[in-house]
Amino acid sequence: MPVQYTSIVDEHLAVRRAAGLFDISHMGEVRVRGPRAAAFLNRALTNDIARLAPGQGQYTLMCNERGGVVDDLYAYQLAPEDYLLIINASRIEADVAWLTSQWRGAQVTAADSIENHSDQFGAIAVQGPRVAEFIGACFPGPSQGGLPVPAITALKKNQIGRFSWAEGIEPVWVGRTGYTGEDGFEAVVPAAMTEAVWGRILEAGKPCGLRPAGLGARDTLRTEMGYPLYGHELDETTTPIEAGVGFFVSLDKGEFMGRAVLAGQKVNGVSKRCIAFKLTDRSAPPRPGYAILDGAAGKNAIGKVVSGTQSPSLGVGIGMGYVPPASAQAGTAIAIDIRGRACPAVIVQKPIFRRPSS
Amino acid sequence: MTTNVPGELKYAKSHEWVRVEGDTATVGITDHAQHELTDIVFVELPAVGRQVKAGEACAVVESVKTASDIYSPVSGQVLAINQAVADNSALVNSDPYTAGWFYRIKLTHPAELGTLLDAAAYRALIGG
Repeated sequence: MPVQYTSIVDEHLAVRRAAGLFDISHMGEVRVRGPRAAAFLNRALTNDIARLAPGQGQYTLMCNERGGVVDDLYAYQLAPEDYLLIINASRIEADVAWLTSQWRGAQVTAADSIENHSDQFGAIAVQGPRVAEFIGACFPGPSQGGLPVPAITALKKNQIGRFSWAEGIEPVWVGRTGYTGEDGFEAVVPAAMTEAVWGRILEAGKPCGLRPAGLGARDTLRTEMGYPLYGHELDETTTPIEAGVGFFVSLDKGEFMGRAVLAGQKVNGVSKRCIAFKLTDRSAPPRPGYAILDGAAGKNAIGKVVSGTQSPSLGVGIGMGYVPPASAQAGTAIAIDIRGRACPAVIVQKPIFRRPSS
Repeated sequence: MTTNVPGELKYAKSHEWVRVEGDTATVGITDHAQHELTDIVFVELPAVGRQVKAGEACAVVESVKTASDIYSPVSGQVLAINQAVADNSALVNSDPYTAGWFYRIKLTHPAELGTLLDAAAYRALIGG
């Protein structure tokens, strides 16, 4: 996927106002199947996979023994004893190695399997408030797997179904999810069909203002929502609790990788916390690596920016970063050191951008 | 998309343009540069009175994507800056050669102008 097709701002605003189409074929896919699949995944991942029924998915994380994040991902139950993990492109190797090492120690049987399908599948995301108007034309008819629904638009958030898109060609998995804060769908498609599916959605969505969108818009959209990106908010030395995604850690489901550290942090607190912020005045955009300073005057460094950009929706600099918990309260005045200038900012609740309610 | 390269200007390989008027020059970035950077959201200009050397980073253009240094094509003292661009950086995208100028400089080494590219050479550089 290119950084941009025409302009990050135009593509970003198209997704907020109409619809955008993203080629996310770089994402990885891992299939875990068998009678022990659920038990295995529940020990490897932080969220409780037992809450899933066929056709449902959840955001979850994979941790190391220290509670550090190996990856954040989506886990779908496609059918009983059949799970699909959608993982980050940059983490495919690390994830597969980590899962495989746990697989060896797990009580799995010859009937269980874990397979990396990342090379065999492409993926396409279509996101925006007008997507529901044309997605049905791209994937007509009832689901043929996953959640039984009469039409793709009957899927609710985090649900997945298998839908036909062309006569005589195998149906594809489509989940109602995304990474932009807008309504939308992600289709997981055999690599050879990705281009055809892309073309079909683009054609169907054109009357509604659908346009291709690149990696740049994907990043500004997720930053406005305060969604973490691996390598920025998340890494192997940062826990889900510190990153502000503790909601997706199920401490009461039993033992899982990293649980002891995460349970300790829930009781004893953390030493750093991921915050979202907004610049108060017009300034150059904040960038990853810039220092976060205390107070509006900004005298002492208290943390570091991990994501930062100009918000196309708000027209101001926004970002996320890590600070000590004592300074992490929404409303706290901070400053960002932008090339030696202390630019006043304020800590805000996530999402940073909220659509004005009409 | 056709890139505009006005014939009366001089160009640096780093995509700045220079308009010479007597012993002063006006500096900005080219249409090609603004097109490559896209979505310019902030421009940081040098202080008036600052002495800059040719090749020295003296301004920063921030796009949504990234921050890029702008190098002075010529040496001299900054006489004036374009406050309109500091207030509304979109001018650099919409009108890079006139309303989107960056700063005016008093030339201290006019001979440097000879090392800059003319429009034809710049057009060749950018593959236009």
